[in-house]
Amino acid sequence: MMTNPANRVTQGQFSFLPELSDEQIMLQIKWAIDHGWALSVEYTDDPHPRNTYWEMYGMPMFDLKDPAGIMGEINQCRATFPNYYIRVMAFGSDRGTESPTMSFMVNRPPNEPGFRLQRQEVDGRSIRYSITPYATDQPEGERYP
Amino acid sequence: MDDLGANVSDDEDNLSLGTADDFVDLDVVYKESNIASILEKLDKELVGLKPVKTRIGEVASLLLVDRVRRQLDLSSGAPSMHMSFTGNPGTGKTTVALRMAEILHRLGYVRQGHLVSVTRDDLVGQYIGHTAPKTKEILKKAMGGVLFIDEAYYLYKPENERDYGGEAIEILLQVMENQRDDLVVILAGYKDRMDKFFTSNPGMSSRIAHHIDFPDYTKTELVTIAKLMLAEQNYVMSGKAEAVFEQYVQRRMEQPFFANARSIRNALDRARLRQANRLFERRGDRLTRLDLMTIEDVDFLASRIFLEPGPKD
Repeated sequence: MMTNPANRVTQGQFSFLPELSDEQIMLQIKWAIDHGWALSVEYTDDPHPRNTYWEMYGMPMFDLKDPAGIMGEINQCRATFPNYYIRVMAFGSDRGTESPTMSFMVNRPPNEPGFRLQRQEVDGRSIRYSITPYATDQPEGERYP
Repeated sequence: MDDLGANVSDDEDNLSLGTADDFVDLDVVYKESNIASILEKLDKELVGLKPVKTRIGEVASLLLVDRVRRQLDLSSGAPSMHMSFTGNPGTGKTTVALRMAEILHRLGYVRQGHLVSVTRDDLVGQYIGHTAPKTKEILKKAMGGVLFIDEAYYLYKPENERDYGGEAIEILLQVMENQRDDLVVILAGYKDRMDKFFTSNPGMSSRIAHHIDFPDYTKTELVTIAKLMLAEQNYVMSGKAEAVFEQYVQRRMEQPFFANARSIRNALDRARLRQANRLFERRGDRLTRLDLMTIEDVDFLASRIFLEPGPKD
């Protein structure tokens, strides 16, 4: 039985929910801005969960007061990479935090083929498991037509 | 009969939007917005500037009525609020821009109500491909507030065809047109140069709804401003000092590089300097609170203006 029939990649916040509308994204961004966090937009076409560092779209945005600026950047990124995973990340520079404080996806490819489960027999009958995205069988840039 | 029929169908159309009898109390909305207190503050703290205050009052009324209309579902496109402030140095352009941001915020025209003050250097890059990201960065920072471009005419340098200012203007125009509800742009500068700037950039001029001219202050207004400035810093002028200061203003106004309120601020700063020095010289005596607060006539009389023969003498 498939437990995730649409093969939706679930990482970051809100990824088990229906897609956020632009208005909801703006409200989330507003919340981050009110905490004084710097936001950035990132994209990738490799959905492997261990792929932590995505490509940055433009510079991280410091000192913004209103979500409209970041929403504009998201829309530009969507226009450039319509079939990529795009996420918004908030970075908290407060002492003791100094790390990403929010991260959620705002764009995903229309078709997500999912992951291949690989079993490797080692040391007698022990099994090691690993997963590979089907999409990464193709070279970068050709993964989500 | 035909007319009557037309009327009936009109009424039906209106019903979908609400009836003509729907009403709102403008006074309630006015009080809720707290706009009265801010306009009052503007009137009290800014001396003179009659045309500016009138225009700000008009803008406030328009936005207020617009808000009420929206409550009754009478939609109209957001009015354009981009402005240009022209006037001589020291006439209060920046101060009014700050206040404008607050007013627009109170009336719900901009979401955050902050002011981002920039000049050419912040918008225009130094090499090809540098300008667009720089300008966009600033625009993003100004979203939800007011972008104040001081000495805007420096953006456009016709004598240098390789200048990147044009690129910044182009991006600016695009955002001014398409993201009207995200930010308000205020251009400021000296009148004659701004006029030249607008003639060479007709697109810019037509996208600005409000051209506001800041008049020079009169002598009496300048003296009032000086008193306000001193009161803010807990100083007072003695009666004699006030008479001397009026003469000072008169002479200073005739001199070159007179920058209205800014010159007054500088003159007062120098007077404070001399007052401190005067008090320091009597350091054996006991100083009262009043001594520490009062600016005397000698503090002004020591000024260069009174020492040098004026242009008229």
